[in-house]
Amino acid sequence: MKYIDYVQLNPFQKFGYNFVKFFKALPGNLKKIFLAIGNFFKKIFVGIGKGFAGYFSRFVKGDWATKCSYLVMGVGNASKGQLVKGFLFLLVEVAYILFMVFFGAFYLAKFPTLGTVSPVDENGRRVKGIIPDNSMLILLYGVMTIIITVLFFCVYIANTKSAYKAQQTVAEGKKPIGFIDELKEFLDSKFHVTLLAFPTLTISVFTILPLIFMILIAFTNFDSDHNELAHLFTWVGFDTFKQVFETSGRASMGATFVELTEWTLIWAVFATVLNYILGMVVALMINKKGIKLKALWRTLFVVTVAVPQFVSLLLMSQMLNVNDGAINTLLCDVLHVIPQHIDFLGGDPLVARITVIVVNCWVGIPYTILITSGILMNIPADLYESATIDGAGPVKSFFSITLPYMLFVTTPYLITSFVGNINNFNVIYLLTSNLQNSNDLYKAGHTDLLVTWLFKLTMNEHDYNLAAAIGILVFIVCATISLLTFNLTKSAKNEEEFS
Amino acid sequence: MIKSYKIRRVITNIFVYILLGGLGLIWISPLVYLVLHSFRAEGLAQVDYLIPKSYSFQNYIDLFTVTGGGTNFPRWFLNTFIVAIFSCIISTLAVMMVSYAFSRLRFKARKPMINIGMILGMFPGFMTMIAIYYLLKAMGLTQTLVALVICYSAGAGLGYQISKGFFDTIPRALDEAATIDGATKNQIFWKIILPMSKPIIVYTVLTSFIGPWTDFILAKIIMGSKIDNYTVAIGLQNMLAAGKSLTQFKMFLAGSVVVAVPITILFLVMQRYYVEGVTAGGVKG
Repeated sequence: MKYIDYVQLNPFQKFGYNFVKFFKALPGNLKKIFLAIGNFFKKIFVGIGKGFAGYFSRFVKGDWATKCSYLVMGVGNASKGQLVKGFLFLLVEVAYILFMVFFGAFYLAKFPTLGTVSPVDENGRRVKGIIPDNSMLILLYGVMTIIITVLFFCVYIANTKSAYKAQQTVAEGKKPIGFIDELKEFLDSKFHVTLLAFPTLTISVFTILPLIFMILIAFTNFDSDHNELAHLFTWVGFDTFKQVFETSGRASMGATFVELTEWTLIWAVFATVLNYILGMVVALMINKKGIKLKALWRTLFVVTVAVPQFVSLLLMSQMLNVNDGAINTLLCDVLHVIPQHIDFLGGDPLVARITVIVVNCWVGIPYTILITSGILMNIPADLYESATIDGAGPVKSFFSITLPYMLFVTTPYLITSFVGNINNFNVIYLLTSNLQNSNDLYKAGHTDLLVTWLFKLTMNEHDYNLAAAIGILVFIVCATISLLTFNLTKSAKNEEEFS
Repeated sequence: MIKSYKIRRVITNIFVYILLGGLGLIWISPLVYLVLHSFRAEGLAQVDYLIPKSYSFQNYIDLFTVTGGGTNFPRWFLNTFIVAIFSCIISTLAVMMVSYAFSRLRFKARKPMINIGMILGMFPGFMTMIAIYYLLKAMGLTQTLVALVICYSAGAGLGYQISKGFFDTIPRALDEAATIDGATKNQIFWKIILPMSKPIIVYTVLTSFIGPWTDFILAKIIMGSKIDNYTVAIGLQNMLAAGKSLTQFKMFLAGSVVVAVPITILFLVMQRYYVEGVTAGGVKG
């Protein structure tokens, strides 16, 4: 279809066209993603291969000192006059060896089994006179040891490179760079190392290490039966994932997983689309010509964004209370709209789900107002004028001008907010944390999203492996959606430039 | 014709005013309810009428003087303030350093590191919570304020997008001119870029200062039952826990107002930066 044909379609035909196009492009996009992932791994392996080739060729070309630093780090640099640098390399090696001997090796050796010495016997009594293994610590410190080993390996490679470089500099008849000058480089040409060192360290320890740990937990049986008291759990491969998809019996995990995934997606669609469209309508009303006190109206809505969510949502959950909640008081006792008090959150699942979506509108619409106001004012006014002259009403011009323009400009924001809604913990948790779980679902209520289920499985049930497996599945869903839609918008961008 | 057009416009505007008024009422009334009832003198928990019958400051006085039976609001307030100050300093530094490196410096690992940051953001945050807890336990830091500071500031570097977007808008010609004059990258960072980035520094400082006042999940897991080290958010949520909600509901309302008012003012002052920040990363055009 040519561009000229495309613009003549009505919004529904446009939507249909894009919808069909999306699914037609899906296999191609999926293929592209897999190819990209394949290329990524290819690059890594080629890089490693080249690294090793360089590693050996440097060894062959190196003099005695360079060859020595393959075993004793820093010799190469020290022999060329870079004493401090050589000493630092040596220090790193000694520190690593000491770390491995006194700490790392023990945990690394236990890593494949995650411990064999149980603190309790078959009857659950504590065994005296032994040092029991603690699988959790073995896993945690094992991962830590592996990360430290990888880091040490990087320093080791850098050491051989540095030794060879010093050798070459001397061979060219120059003096190798002094330690002070080398330090100065870290303020200029290597400034990125200085800047990123501290944040990378903290992120590695408190984000990446826990993440690897939890991903590995998904492949163990670290659950309520193998908890801290028993101390021992072990690798079980993909059994945890099998358990997540297990569908036999009442309130099975598989059925719960399917239902909560459906609800999470429905929730994410409603929460994103409703907030987006309604928020835009309100923003348009505020920005309408002839409406006075625009700042006041905007502030009125934006105040709800400013109030911390735990305050506004906890208050909401109290106000929705069945017995003495303010909303029931208002609707039933003051206005007499409803005959009796409604249990908004704890009763009928459908009512509860509608309630959380409505409350989320209350939370989310001001965000949209805040974000879209500025962009809405950028829409050329002559577009609206000519539409009015052609006889278009406000509804028609909203769907034909405003919405397409906004969709064009804010697609990335929509995608991030969709993914954000899949992981929207606060709204659901704060509203429903006081409620009982449903009998039809495995340790979950009907309004629970996958993330709040994950939280419940962790905190209430201590089924850490199930929670970790669900976390991985959520990640896969989010990553796929982001990648697919990102590809789509990228391909659509050049084709239908909005003018 | 012109007259009827005018009349029609007045009618639509009146209609829009009514609609906005109604919606505004819906949006603001829970907050009005919060403030009104935080001054309510009579009754214990919620009452079956909307406007309180008598007002007093008793709830606020209770809030700041009752320090027993599971509440210690002055202490919580102080805790949160200390945590907020420290984590705000560390996070701001980390964010500025990371975003400057990703925005102005070119090095081999730049693209891969940006990608890794994006992938890390796609995992549900609560997945790692329990691992962080055990990590802190292994360090002997659980139930301390230091642990909270670490939690709030350790991952701060990942929130670099907004200030990176800001740095990207500063003309590169400035850096080049300074380099020709013999400035190192370090000097450019401290003496040129940072002084020019006041708005984004203010934004980062404020958001990281607000963080500890509003988070409660992580804080609750770390603090467990140690009530003296709670922050206001856990403390207030704790007031609504089963069994307590009857006696402490009005204190909860008063505490919410005490926490919400300064944060609301801060937010309204800096909403412009907030919008720029959110739209810079997520909106094209």
